[in-house]
Amino acid sequence: MITRRKLLMLLPAAAFAWEYVLAGTPETAPGFNRNEHWWGMLMDITKCIGCGNCVRACATENHVPDGYFRTWVERYHVADWHQETPQVDSPGGGKNGFPPSTAVGGKNFFVPKLCNHCVDSPCTQVCPVGATFHTPDGVVLVDDKYCLGCRYCIQACPYGCRFLNPTSHTAEKCSLCYHRITKGLTTACCENCPTGARQLVDLKNPADPIHEFLKTHSVQVLKPHLATGAKVFYNELDGSVR
Amino acid sequence: MPVEGFMYPNEIELQWSVLIVVYPFVTGLVAGAFILASLERIFHVAAVKPTYRLALLTALSFLLVAPLPLQLHLGRPERSLEMYLTPHTSSPMAMFGFVYLWYLMAVILLEVWLDYRHEIVLLSQSTTGWRRLIYRVLTLGSSNISEGALRVDDKVGWVVTLIGIPSAFLLHGYVGFIFGTVKANPWWSSPLMPVVFIFSAMVSGIAIVLLVYMAMMKIRHEPIDMRCVDTVAQYLLYTFIIDFGLEMLDLIHRISVADESFRSLDFMIHTRLFFSQVVLQIALGTLVPILTLGLIQIFHVPEKVRRMAYAICGCLTIIGIFAMRWNVVIGGQLFSKSFLGYTTYKLDLISREGELVAAGLLILPFCILAVLMKLLPPWPERQAASGD
Repeated sequence: MITRRKLLMLLPAAAFAWEYVLAGTPETAPGFNRNEHWWGMLMDITKCIGCGNCVRACATENHVPDGYFRTWVERYHVADWHQETPQVDSPGGGKNGFPPSTAVGGKNFFVPKLCNHCVDSPCTQVCPVGATFHTPDGVVLVDDKYCLGCRYCIQACPYGCRFLNPTSHTAEKCSLCYHRITKGLTTACCENCPTGARQLVDLKNPADPIHEFLKTHSVQVLKPHLATGAKVFYNELDGSVR
Repeated sequence: MPVEGFMYPNEIELQWSVLIVVYPFVTGLVAGAFILASLERIFHVAAVKPTYRLALLTALSFLLVAPLPLQLHLGRPERSLEMYLTPHTSSPMAMFGFVYLWYLMAVILLEVWLDYRHEIVLLSQSTTGWRRLIYRVLTLGSSNISEGALRVDDKVGWVVTLIGIPSAFLLHGYVGFIFGTVKANPWWSSPLMPVVFIFSAMVSGIAIVLLVYMAMMKIRHEPIDMRCVDTVAQYLLYTFIIDFGLEMLDLIHRISVADESFRSLDFMIHTRLFFSQVVLQIALGTLVPILTLGLIQIFHVPEKVRRMAYAICGCLTIIGIFAMRWNVVIGGQLFSKSFLGYTTYKLDLISREGELVAAGLLILPFCILAVLMKLLPPWPERQAASGD
């Protein structure tokens, strides 16, 4: 039998336990079953024109502070055989597009970047309190009500996708527009890409065209040697891209 | 121009400031000072006895300050306790919190208390006023100082020190592990990192105790026990040689392997880190002390010159180890993870993570040490006098 004294002792413990349970619970949408999805993204390098629509859309949708980026676009210039030393620029994260290239010869292309929502993500591994976590549908999120702002995750991300929000003083990154995709919408960046270079993909959905695309195209992830299980797939990714 | 070449847009701002340089530096001093103290207790190196208690108090003073730079650095410091309440077990940083607590509670505090219990009980009886109150609290209700009880204290203290040695290795090795496991950063990601951190910690800890001991003798107008400082300097030399050997092994390995990050790291050592790495860390902070201490071992050097040499070597060692921490923490953030560009670090004078705060955090352990030495005198003869 639980006495009043025992109850008084149990309450603080229960409060702590409940806080632990709540940490890492993403927002839910009616009718959405997280276990039926496994989200990722397809980037078609051949289609990206570097217009910066995606960066602007992301910044507007997610209130990204100026000077920080949940997504950005890089422009590569690879001269002849200089695979290891490409010239790269990303003025303002490519938010307002790019000035005309002055590079002569070689090849030029754009590479959109964002969080790779890695399966074995180094950022979630190092978070001291589990404020950054995996959702059951394969999205890496940050609980800003729990994050300490220690910035270990920012150091651990090999892709430079994280930053410390100057207002909340917590880590921030691409959420794959979780508030949208759980309502059946696509991400803001994909929605606003004029060429379809970015496509949200659901790897658990057998009807998703990604399966056919992966079978028939030369697709790669960034920094595969780090074995992070990145889920942003790049079509026709040049070997010079870092 | 802060940025040279290309950096990912979020990388331009450095995330870990000078406070994160102070953190491994201070933690290293703790581990090193404790290991020096254990020489007398466990390995019965009688020559270093005059530094035994001083080393313990030094370790405690720095240990109390060790978490402060981390706390000040946090974006949301009010949430820091979450690291203990809901730790993420795969995070080296979270686990460090427990290693720290273990080291503070189960090793340092316990050992200091056991070692001083006899004096604490005597002082609680002989002093008056607020001092009496403090000593009474410090007895923790245990006022039995019979021969049997003291024998038990001694035995338990020995066991605590024995446990303390691997714990000291664990404490600072773990700091190295925090950096060494970041696979995204080739400057940090190395299995040698924890080992290098342990040995550099021993070097800095021995040097700080040597300096504090010599300074205290000067302040107290007492003669320096040359047998003691000669022995401590010898240990400093031996650990320095191992530490330098490990660091060179790491460097030679990087040069030989020359992977994709090598061009970036090589560029940094020749430019942005040249002064802090080559001049301060390697030349002044390592080679000069090693050569000086080595020469003292070979040639007969007069006592006065030896004293001066030890003081200079101690200071250079501390500067060199601080430079090493700087090169690891700040150096590891100066290049892009794309290996295509470099940024710079601007150290503010007055800000939450600025120069003044860092300097304050480096001075604070000495203030704590001064209070501790007053409260728990490391020299028995003076303690007896103050007891009267």
